[in-house]
Amino acid sequence: MITAGIDMGIQTVKVVILKDGAVIARSKTFSGFEPTKAAEQAFEEALKTAKISKSDITQILATGAGMDMAPYANGTISMMSADAKAGVYLIPSARTIIDVGAEEARAVKCDERGVMADFVVNERCAAGAGTFIEAMARALEVKMEDMGPLSLKAERASPINASCVIFGESDVVTLIHRQESKPEIARAVFDAMADRVSSMVHRLGINPDVVLVGGVAKDVGFVASLKRKLGINILIPENPEYTGALGAALLATNRVKGAQK
Amino acid sequence: MKEKVADTKEYWRWQEYHYVVPNKSWKSKDVITAGVDVGSVGSKAAIMIDGEVYAWAITRTGSNSPDSAKKVMDMVLDGTGLKQSDIKYTVGTGYGRVNVPMANKAITEIACHAKGANYIWGSKVRTILDVGGQDIKAIHCDETGRVTSFLMNDKCAAGTGRGMEVFADLLKIPIEEIGQVSLSIDEEPPPVSCTCVAFAKTEAVGLLRKGWTKEKVLAAYTRAMAIRMANLVNRVGLEREFVVTGGQSKNMGIVSRVENILGVKALPAPNWREGGLDPMVAGAIGAAALAKALYEKQGK
Repeated sequence: MITAGIDMGIQTVKVVILKDGAVIARSKTFSGFEPTKAAEQAFEEALKTAKISKSDITQILATGAGMDMAPYANGTISMMSADAKAGVYLIPSARTIIDVGAEEARAVKCDERGVMADFVVNERCAAGAGTFIEAMARALEVKMEDMGPLSLKAERASPINASCVIFGESDVVTLIHRQESKPEIARAVFDAMADRVSSMVHRLGINPDVVLVGGVAKDVGFVASLKRKLGINILIPENPEYTGALGAALLATNRVKGAQK
Repeated sequence: MKEKVADTKEYWRWQEYHYVVPNKSWKSKDVITAGVDVGSVGSKAAIMIDGEVYAWAITRTGSNSPDSAKKVMDMVLDGTGLKQSDIKYTVGTGYGRVNVPMANKAITEIACHAKGANYIWGSKVRTILDVGGQDIKAIHCDETGRVTSFLMNDKCAAGTGRGMEVFADLLKIPIEEIGQVSLSIDEEPPPVSCTCVAFAKTEAVGLLRKGWTKEKVLAAYTRAMAIRMANLVNRVGLEREFVVTGGQSKNMGIVSRVENILGVKALPAPNWREGGLDPMVAGAIGAAALAKALYEKQGK
C-alpha cells in the first residue's frame, strides 16, 4: 500500500511517500506566496522520485499550519499527532518530541505507540522559533546556515533579550556596536531561543527519550544550546524536517487499515 | 519574494527636535534641574527652572546609553545659554538610566512618568498609559503624582513603539502618519489575531495578498494593539482622569481606539508642534521635577 503525507509549513512544504511502511520519496519546496502551487510542485517531484503516479496512492493526509490549502489531500491531521506518530516511528524510545519550525515550536508527549498524550505550543510569540535565527542572522549579516557552526566557536555567551524577536534584533545591533565577536552573538541568539523552548518543554514535563525534529533540528548551534539548557541528551533523527509529512503519511496508512477492518 | 529595487526610505523615522520656552529667562540663583530619560528607542531631556519647564529635546537612542544621554543633553542646552555646570541636580531615568553620566541619581521611569503626567495635566490625573519604545505601562497615581500601583509588559514588542516602527516599514507608511492612516477607513475591520509582531507581519502580508488595503491592514493591527493596551489599563484599574504618555501618545489611531475600548476619553495632549508640552517627554519632565525636590532636600 502506498500513502503520502503533505506538511504545509509556513516556510516550506514537505512531501513524504510511503510504500508498505517504508519511505520511498521525499521532497520539499518553499511555500512562497502560493503554497498550494508549491505543494503541487513538491508532490510531482516526489512522484517522480518514487516512480509512481498519483493514482497509485491510496490515501493522502495533510498537516502543518497551512493544511487547509493542501492539494490532493483526502483529509488533515494535527501537527501534534503527526509529530508523535513519526517521532516514535523514527526513534522507538521517543516519549517527548520537540518540533521547532520556522514560526512554530511545540512539544508533544506520547506513548510507545506514538499516540499523543499532551502538548504545548508557542502560540503567541516567535521568539522560540526558526524565524528568530533568521532575523538575528540578518542583523548579524551572516547566512542563516552559518549561524550554528559560528556559534560553536564562542567561548562564552553575551546575554540578549530572549523574549522577543523584535527586541532581540535591537540587542544584536547593540552587541555589534559593542564589538562583541560574531560567534559570541550567534551563541547568545541560540541560548535565548533555547531558553524559550526549554521553558515551554518544562511546562509540559519531560519524559525521556527526548527527540528534536523540525527544520531547526538541523541547526547544530540550536541543538548545542538546547542540550545545555535542558541538561539531558537529545536525539535527532535523519531528515528531521520531514517529520510532520512522515507522520501524516503513517497516519494515512493507519486510516486505510482502520477502514479495511 | 524579495523586492527587486531596495526601498531605502526610513518609514520608521520620527522627528527629533528641541524646544526652548520663549520669553523665559534664568538667573544664577534659580534652582535649575534636569531630567534625562534614555529610552530604548528615544532619548529625552528636560530642563526646569524653579520647577517650571524651560526646555526639552528628543532624539533617537543610539547603541550606547551614555552617548545618547550626552547627545540629548547637548541638544536641550542648545539655545538656552545654560552650561552643564549651571544645572544643580540631574535625575536619569528610562531603560538606560543607570548609564546617564551627568545624573546625580537614577529613578525608575514609572515614578517619573507619573510625576511628569501630574505636571503636564495637573493633579486630577489618576491613570496613565505610557507606551514607550520597548514596553507598555499602565500606572495609577495619587494627586501628587506619586505611583500607587502599576503594571507593565516588557517581554513582547506588540503594541510598543518599536513594533509600530516595524509595521510602518512593512506597510511603507511614515510613522508619524500611521495614526491618521489607520483611521481613514469606512468600517473598522476585525483585529489581527496575532499579537506577536513577527507573526503579525506574516498575517499582514497574507491580508494584503487577499486584497485588503494598507489602511485596512493597519487599522486591524492598530486595533489589536489598542486591545492589549486597554486590557493592561483595566487590570491596573481605570480611574479618571486618564492620560496617554510616551511616543505612542502621538498616534491618534491608538489613542482613539484605546478610548473607544475603555469607554473613557483621555485628557487631550498639548499640541507639541505649537510649543505645548510633549507627552513623549513626560518621563524627562517628571525626572527634572523630582530632581528639584531632591536638590532641595539635599540642601536642608
